[in-house]
Amino acid sequence: MKRVISGKEIEHIARLARLAISLDEKKEFTVQLNSILDYFKKISELNTDNIEPTAYIISKTNRYNEDSVRDSLPKKEVFSLGPFMEEGFFKAPRIME
Amino acid sequence: MFLDRLSAYQAIDLVKKKQITVSEILQDIIKRIEQVEESIKAFLTLNLKEALQEAKDYDRKINLGEEVPPYVGMMIAVKDNIVTKGIETTCGSKILKGFFPPYNATVIEKLKEAGAIIIGKTNLDEFAMGSSTENSAYQVTRNPWVLSRVPGGSSGGSAAAVVADESQVALGTDTGGSIRQPASFCGIVGLKPTYGRVSRYGLIAFASSLDQIGPLTKNVKDCALLMNIISGSDHRDSTSQDIEVSNYLNYCQEGLKNIKIGIPREYFQEKMDREVKEAFDKSLLIIERMGAELEEISLPHTAYSLPTYYLIANAEASSNLARYDGIQYGYRSQDFHNLFSLYCKTRSEGFGKEVKRRILLGTYALSSGYYDAYYLKAQKVRTLIKEDFDQAFKKIDLLLTPTSPTPAFKLGEKITDPLMMYLSDIFTIPVNLAGLPALSINCGFSQEGLPIGLQIIGPPFGEGKIIKVAYNFEQQNEIEKKKPSIGEIKENKEK
Repeated sequence: MKRVISGKEIEHIARLARLAISLDEKKEFTVQLNSILDYFKKISELNTDNIEPTAYIISKTNRYNEDSVRDSLPKKEVFSLGPFMEEGFFKAPRIME
Repeated sequence: MFLDRLSAYQAIDLVKKKQITVSEILQDIIKRIEQVEESIKAFLTLNLKEALQEAKDYDRKINLGEEVPPYVGMMIAVKDNIVTKGIETTCGSKILKGFFPPYNATVIEKLKEAGAIIIGKTNLDEFAMGSSTENSAYQVTRNPWVLSRVPGGSSGGSAAAVVADESQVALGTDTGGSIRQPASFCGIVGLKPTYGRVSRYGLIAFASSLDQIGPLTKNVKDCALLMNIISGSDHRDSTSQDIEVSNYLNYCQEGLKNIKIGIPREYFQEKMDREVKEAFDKSLLIIERMGAELEEISLPHTAYSLPTYYLIANAEASSNLARYDGIQYGYRSQDFHNLFSLYCKTRSEGFGKEVKRRILLGTYALSSGYYDAYYLKAQKVRTLIKEDFDQAFKKIDLLLTPTSPTPAFKLGEKITDPLMMYLSDIFTIPVNLAGLPALSINCGFSQEGLPIGLQIIGPPFGEGKIIKVAYNFEQQNEIEKKKPSIGEIKENKEK
């Protein structure tokens, strides 16, 4: 089986996906993803030159709603969802020094 | 009387006739849960205190002669990826531990309005990614028929709860077979509705172009009943379709004249268990005897379904799951030094292995340089798969296949080999790619006593026709009479 994806590429993909993977996980995922992607190559057998891609399976027309005012979720309930709220704000690490 | 054995339509009827109370039904179900849940582990959260209060309130109203909703007496278990206001909703993931949604999914609103009582939230593969429910971050659910087997997945908790009489009915979700395969493994009825038939508002997204919510029930009539409640368009889900909802109970009547059924030959070129094939062949004879006409047909692109599905589903999942970043809700890692490491650590500690694998696969398929070869290609093949079904439904009304190539496999058997696990969905996946409705119903048992499922596939919005064939087939079927012996075994021990 030819290798489709290298350990280095897995690292790059993990960074794009905001996942920190351990060395052991990297090894495991490299083996597994190669076997899966190798199987997935089956679809390249098909000629799809003049075939339109399908994104919406049942309806292709957009659905519009009346532009009317509706209540949003109560602020108090939304801000009680996690432990990282302070005075009505989500607390996160500083991004500018 | 064992009121836990009642199906929903029976319970609703007896409550209407004032022969039993809502509290009596619930108490028997609670007794049953106390008896078997320790062995099965179908539920992640039980909602019994609230349920008992609701039952009491309904009984009081009935006593006073006040009006109550039409389906009072119905008890339902809900898969834990459907949001329930004030009831913890985890998706079987650590990343959502402690998430108490501030709103109800549309299907939950509809069920509550109809008078159904929620018993609890059921176990699933993390974010519905899996075929055995073993990918749950919390517990392993066992198949009530044989405890060393998986209940199927990802709606394994819902299926196990229903067949073990821990609930009358349940809601599941189906992205690639996650209602039908567990229904098949547990010997019950499971329906994946047409894409757009049931609102997805409040269903925590896995793959948005494939996900649908649907019923898991003890019989076809309950399936029709539940579909009557949950179907319909919703302004909060732009993909829900504004197409009239028929009364599906009207399809629960005998007679199959003038129905043409196709058997796709490609499904029988795949590896299939001998006992599954035998049970399927027997089912064909029964259906033919009931008056349906059978015809072999071809769905030429069947073999490409699995890679197409896993490319599209994982691409959508990698995008949908980007929202779990530890900022607004759910789990947040304590071990970070800046925003980037907060994201990475939170996601790495919060997600399980299968979810990470799928996020990686999806991110890869969408990444620069690979998008055309994987994602766009898969979307084009999806068109071909859909056209196969369009062609078939010009000639026939419905399709029949086995639901799964094997009966329930052993716990641990496939968990270390993801590709082998993916291959167990081979008969259910094409339906999701084409957006079609399909139902699984029990059609026999293996020598080991494991249920085998028959899949009935219909054209878009053909749920009625499917229910009609399933109802007629059920009349020949043993499932309602046959029960897993788990309860009896424990009862005997206690004696």
